[in-house]
Amino acid sequence: MDLERQKQAPLYKAIESFRRQRVVPFDVPGHKRGRGNKELVDFLGIKCVEIDVNSMKALDNLCHPVSVIKEAEELAADAFGAKHAFMMVGGTTSAVQSMVLTACKRGEKIIMPRNVHKSAINALILCGAIPVYIDPKVDTKLGIPLGMEIADVKKAIAENPDAKAIMINNPSYYGICSDLKTIVDLAHQNNMLALVDEAHGTHLYFGEGLPMNAMTAGADMAAISMHKSGGSLTQSSILLVGEGIDEGYVSNIVNLTQTTSASYLLLGSLDISRRNLALKGKESFGKVCDMAAYAREEINEIDGFYAFGSELINGSSVYDFDITKLVINTRGIGLTGIEVYDLLREEYDIQMEFGDLSNVLAYVSIGDRIQEIERLAGALNDIARLYSKPTGDFFCAEYVTPIVKATPQEAFYAPKEKLPIESTIGRICGESVMCYPPGIPILAPGEIITSDILDYIKTAKEKGCSMQGPASEDITELLVLK
Amino acid sequence: MSSNPMEFWFEEMHTNNVKMAIRVNKHLYSDTSEFQRIDVFESPEFGKFLTSNGNVIFSEQEEFTYDEMIVHVPMAVHPDVKRVLVIGGGDGGVARELSHYKEIEVIDIAEPDKMFVDVCRKYFPDNAIGLEDVRVRLYYEDGLRFLRKCKDKYDLIINDATDPTGHEAGLFTKEFYGNCFKALHDDGIMVYQHGSPFFDEDEENCRAMHRKAVKSFPVMKVYQAHIPTCPSGYWLFGFASKKYHPLRDFDPKKWEERGIKTWYYTTHLHSGAFMLPKYVEDMLKEEENAN
Repeated sequence: MDLERQKQAPLYKAIESFRRQRVVPFDVPGHKRGRGNKELVDFLGIKCVEIDVNSMKALDNLCHPVSVIKEAEELAADAFGAKHAFMMVGGTTSAVQSMVLTACKRGEKIIMPRNVHKSAINALILCGAIPVYIDPKVDTKLGIPLGMEIADVKKAIAENPDAKAIMINNPSYYGICSDLKTIVDLAHQNNMLALVDEAHGTHLYFGEGLPMNAMTAGADMAAISMHKSGGSLTQSSILLVGEGIDEGYVSNIVNLTQTTSASYLLLGSLDISRRNLALKGKESFGKVCDMAAYAREEINEIDGFYAFGSELINGSSVYDFDITKLVINTRGIGLTGIEVYDLLREEYDIQMEFGDLSNVLAYVSIGDRIQEIERLAGALNDIARLYSKPTGDFFCAEYVTPIVKATPQEAFYAPKEKLPIESTIGRICGESVMCYPPGIPILAPGEIITSDILDYIKTAKEKGCSMQGPASEDITELLVLK
Repeated sequence: MSSNPMEFWFEEMHTNNVKMAIRVNKHLYSDTSEFQRIDVFESPEFGKFLTSNGNVIFSEQEEFTYDEMIVHVPMAVHPDVKRVLVIGGGDGGVARELSHYKEIEVIDIAEPDKMFVDVCRKYFPDNAIGLEDVRVRLYYEDGLRFLRKCKDKYDLIINDATDPTGHEAGLFTKEFYGNCFKALHDDGIMVYQHGSPFFDEDEENCRAMHRKAVKSFPVMKVYQAHIPTCPSGYWLFGFASKKYHPLRDFDPKKWEERGIKTWYYTTHLHSGAFMLPKYVEDMLKEEENAN
């Protein structure tokens, strides 16, 4: 990374200079710097609406960048150590979908962990590729999915030598990392692309002492949620491209679904955030790590809460751990993570990122201060004092190996019917059945329903797991392909 | 000709539509700590006064009001206070009032901002003298953090923080009241600055504080004082207690016998301070019934 060069923010500069020019707008958007929508100006402020403008010569065009956006993308590529970077305005969802659509076509296979993000499955519906799932191991005590083990990746490759790509989550929502470097190398040795969903990993490129990032591992593409740990506006994202990929083709793919009227608020925020990360990222994420470590220490002093960390690392299913992820296991006070999430919100005015059956996740970032950490620790302490219950049995579902009979695309478009669940054995499922914990699908559209799976659903339900996805809430019926 | 050679004023917005101005002779100090910007001014009317992020925290001419009200009211109710925790209070005014009581054995002060303490020591020695009492132990620590480790430890907790929106926001939350409850003995009392109820913007904070405190303590009463530099000049305090009632368990005779010299507090005023205007009573009742 060229630090001197990273001090520039060409797109941000161009927007600021445009603001001063007082150009008369006879182009869209129709609010014309807010004059046509006074309430919008009152709501967002004039500084915001006056730069809500359309692509024009001075500000370049995201569909085919030739000037300031091109320079901003080159700087982003340099900052992330990539061959090329695409600024994205459709969220990391669009970045993940662009990776899948670049790597495979209808009927081609892609290897992915079973707990892959919905955006990747939706991409398969769009392109007609066939998923090959890998068992993400499960920590049944904590109730969370872990990472992919190398042996499972090797097995999937051996059984599917024709697969076009492997997708990897790095890190997961819970901070879990797989052995990225080895998986990328395995992919390349077998002529497959390595695609990395780094929605929760922007900081891995800039902080110190954090797990390896995708570009360092030699991945072909990576989807980066700049708006999560990177500090840019919600919905802005970056798609990174490595050496083995033709960015011209990727650009065609991106433009299939991306808007032709990209927001300069989002693009400008990406340019500013990239500069901040490049110049101050090391220091900022050092603070984030310190805060998360302090929070973990303080929370682990409270009886009944367990904020897990690097001690989970086991060399395989937890190859590495992202210490900025503050996940707190709540089973020890006899409450579910969802209950603690609700208590924090309703009684303590604290909004958590996420609550599942056994954990709550606090997102710690460059915007946090130690005072807020004290509030969280204080509130958890008070919750333990006031709301603790005897700890009951805790059951966490394990992995069920799916049998894919139809592609997600075929299943999506096929005519379907609703049947009582007991008479669906041997049929192809038309909807998803997720089981919490650990939040891994038992069935996905296109997979065959077996008696083993029905037994499994019954047992998991009896043991208190929550089933989500099917239209029939108590899962007495399932949608199947006709 | 005016006695002041120039028009030099400190201004503080009390709402978007109301502003207070104090004529200033000198700007004595300005610096920014990890937590706040601190300024000290000298003025003809209020003497020296200290501001945090542009809001007056106290002035020489009126600090006696809240330091006396926040200390003597609970001390005249609780029959035997031995251990006191002061949250904030790095200026020493509260400790100074507490030091009149011989039965007190420990005065712990948890104040996160060392710069604040240093500034008070330098410019407000009449307050800071309170910090010199041998019973005082000063901890440069966040109040919530300090409290988390305390259980059944204090007879009285005084929350001297004033601003529910600034760096002390954590001291106006349910977790704070809950952690105070835990840190107090079974007959402990917590008193705190309850803000001003008059302007709309302040009213919501005032309501929220009462809502949280009522849920946390069995006895929860509000009392009042007149403080010129605070918004509308009218200020409330909260009296939250596990056992003692501020009027029924009030022992004026015993307090009079102590012979403590005051400028604001009297035993007559003690009872009167709990008699609130109708609009305040209604507001508090609404929040109590909302539970």
